[in-house]
Amino acid sequence: MARYAMTCDQKLCVTCNACVLACKNENAVPEGEARCWTVQEEKGAFPLLSIATRSERCNHCENAPCVTACPTGASHYEDGGIVVVSADKCVGCKVCIISCPYEARYLHPDGYVDKCTFCIHRVKQGLDPACVTVCPTGALTFGDLDDPSSAVHRQLQARKAHVLKPDEDTRPKMFFLD
Amino acid sequence: MATPLNRRSFLRISGATVLGGLAASWGLLPPPEAHGAQDTSVIPDRVVPTLCELCFWKCGVNAYVKDEKVYKLEGNPLHPLSNGKLCPRGTGGGVGALYDPDRLKRPLIRTRVGGEEKWREASWDEALDYTARRLGEVKDKYGAPAIALFSHGHGGAFFKTLLKALGSKSIYAPSNDQCRGPRETGFELTFGQALGSIESIDTPNAKCIAFLGSHLGENMHNTAVQDMSRANANGATFITVDPRFSIIASKSKYWLPIKPGTDIALLLAWAHVLIEEKLYDQAFVTQNTVGFEQLAAHVKDKTPEWAYIETGLEPQLIRETARELAKNAPAAFVHPGRHVVWYGNDTQRTRAIAIVNALLGNWGKRGGFYLPATLPVKGYPTPDLPHGEEAKPRETFPFATLPCAYDACEASAPKDGLAPTIRAWIVYGCNVPLTLPNPARVIEVMQQLDFVVAIDTMPAEVTGYADVVLPENTYLERYDDLDNGPYRVPFVALRQPAVASLYDSKPGWWIAKSLGERLGVGQYFPWKDAEDYLKTRLEKSGLSFEDLKRNGVIVGKAEPIYDDSPQLTFKTPSGKVELYSQQLADAGLPPLPVYTPPEEPPTGYFRLLFGRSPVHTFSRTTNNPKLLEVVPENELWLNTEMARQLGLKTGDRVMLENQDSVATGPIRLRVTERIRQDCVYMVHGFGREDARLRRGYRKGAADSRLITRVKRDPEMGGTGMNVNFVTLYRFKEA
Repeated sequence: MARYAMTCDQKLCVTCNACVLACKNENAVPEGEARCWTVQEEKGAFPLLSIATRSERCNHCENAPCVTACPTGASHYEDGGIVVVSADKCVGCKVCIISCPYEARYLHPDGYVDKCTFCIHRVKQGLDPACVTVCPTGALTFGDLDDPSSAVHRQLQARKAHVLKPDEDTRPKMFFLD
Repeated sequence: MATPLNRRSFLRISGATVLGGLAASWGLLPPPEAHGAQDTSVIPDRVVPTLCELCFWKCGVNAYVKDEKVYKLEGNPLHPLSNGKLCPRGTGGGVGALYDPDRLKRPLIRTRVGGEEKWREASWDEALDYTARRLGEVKDKYGAPAIALFSHGHGGAFFKTLLKALGSKSIYAPSNDQCRGPRETGFELTFGQALGSIESIDTPNAKCIAFLGSHLGENMHNTAVQDMSRANANGATFITVDPRFSIIASKSKYWLPIKPGTDIALLLAWAHVLIEEKLYDQAFVTQNTVGFEQLAAHVKDKTPEWAYIETGLEPQLIRETARELAKNAPAAFVHPGRHVVWYGNDTQRTRAIAIVNALLGNWGKRGGFYLPATLPVKGYPTPDLPHGEEAKPRETFPFATLPCAYDACEASAPKDGLAPTIRAWIVYGCNVPLTLPNPARVIEVMQQLDFVVAIDTMPAEVTGYADVVLPENTYLERYDDLDNGPYRVPFVALRQPAVASLYDSKPGWWIAKSLGERLGVGQYFPWKDAEDYLKTRLEKSGLSFEDLKRNGVIVGKAEPIYDDSPQLTFKTPSGKVELYSQQLADAGLPPLPVYTPPEEPPTGYFRLLFGRSPVHTFSRTTNNPKLLEVVPENELWLNTEMARQLGLKTGDRVMLENQDSVATGPIRLRVTERIRQDCVYMVHGFGREDARLRRGYRKGAADSRLITRVKRDPEMGGTGMNVNFVTLYRFKEA
């Protein structure tokens, strides 16, 4: 069984937001909401400055608080560890929104909670998620962590990387290459 | 004598001001079905490869269509400019532009009812007849050159034909003297060759690049960003020269936070280091350049210590970066920039860039400047166009490669007892009041014209002052002329409709042809329709229209783009790279770039700088429903210490007032360490003043309103715009 993960190379990302817009079209994300977003983390003082640039989304945690908290089983792990919400089982109670340390979820106007699915519908067709496909800088990579030949596996072997809020013990599968 | 309608006031296109009841049928939004969560993907009915027009790079896109609606756009993997990838505007903005409810939907004619100017909806026949009659009157009375075309975008080609057919060469593009014109002149004077829209720089193979005022990554030309990112991934060294810590600066080994307006001093110091330390490519310089001795003498005293006083950059930093460029040469270059009309010395600055590049010996080399290729495509057989003439401007420039849009605007109104030489404007796809500096002046000129027709997809400041507005299809609904580079690989690409025309809008080719036929020059549009035109061009070139329709692009056989022979030929008068320019000397202009210190901001004022957002293209996209979601307005960047002194903080809304007491705003403040203390920065294109743009109306502020002064480039007439100063104060709600 695959263990899907994504990397974002902070050296390459320019926070152009192509990922955000491609995702919005691919997944018909309603106006005013987004399944992924970009961050510029600025540090230092003039002229010794740095910016960490990245594209963030649901971390598809291996120990996902949203799945634990969901009272109806709508939030669940799909094959490959992708965390998905079943719209028909979701009652819109928003406990998952509260429990997610990454603010990755929003309430869809149709009454269910929505978030990044790693474009599971594309992955099943052998395609990359829409954000990965569109990215003009090649900063995003998707693949199977357990497959030694996958690009994500090789990147994480070769490069220093971090996850967001490691103290939460969520074991995210969205990695940021430093 | 002017008719009453010539004193035109701004007309908004909205239900309230349009006679004849424009029904509020905003309909046709993208498919509402939310296939969120675990749903499977939409299966498209068809995927149509075409060419994006959200900016002017012309990337190949695949439009996914379901139930006659475009629901997503992906990069065409076959197209060499997109490689399957897109920028945010391309992927999101295309859908947004197609389904923007504020689009122009029907032809409109300005009319007067009870002393009040109104828009009246008209049929295409009526609007075209009226436009042709009014243009014909101008032609008969003042001659064809009195009709001017302002054009931006791929569809402009058909209107250029129309102008030439009428006998007018009064064809203008703000993309020249408000953008990259000085760069083209600077490189022509030095290397005998302009760089073109897809700059012929071998970025992906470069080992060191100095970005001088280029904020690539914020300026989001798809392939340019892909190439830069590849160089970055390959470990290339970036040097960024910018008063602002841009995104590309954050990817750079060296950031040179230069004092605005002093770039020539830095470039001369780089040349000094390269020559003094004998780091330049001596073989290239000896065999391929003229004027090295004069250059060496010219930069002899331009030491990094001298440049430090002017630029504020540490001498050691100037030396190190020059050495870094030399160490990686010839796979190293100083980026030529794109929007280069800054200080009125822009041809000279670009010359200095070209000279440093010549010292690096990178012309025709891998990682330097490549030699682009074109796939030849034959034209449609048409009669030879008349010779034609251009309207006489009031000012001319010796090295202008194209006539200046700025001068065309000035020649369109009486001044100092001189009659205008231009009386009518055809405006295709460019929002002239925000594209040219100083909208107040442009509008004043427009109000004095005999006739203005605007062809566009969206209402804008320009359509508000037109007599006739002709709604064009967005790029996803129309054919356009072929695009064939030049580029690293020869190719030809097609724009074709993904869906049928929405509303009563028409493609540009049809509008131009229909006007031509009414104006008695139909013989220059002998083709039946765009398909006939395109098919004939391709078949005469031995290419298949069907293949092109299916794939969106035909890529030709790769040709060598490098030339390693020791002696190259250049299309300059000497046949060599002209470090010293006899052409400039003969015209009484500096034959070697001369540094002159910029004017200092008055006390309490900051230099106004502007740039791009990756999510927007000038003012073209600042009502786009998809793109505004991500970047809804611009911000004013102000240095932290300056903000502290002014008692302002991030999020405060401020008004800006320039040296000529022109005020605009409010705009939200972004207090940041990422900019010098002597300047402020904003993204261009916001602060729209047309209420028909229901999303973009008065979001943020327009830099152009504050650009009441320009400094003309004496070589080619570019309008240096970074010469305005602003002061700011807290906005008080009324």
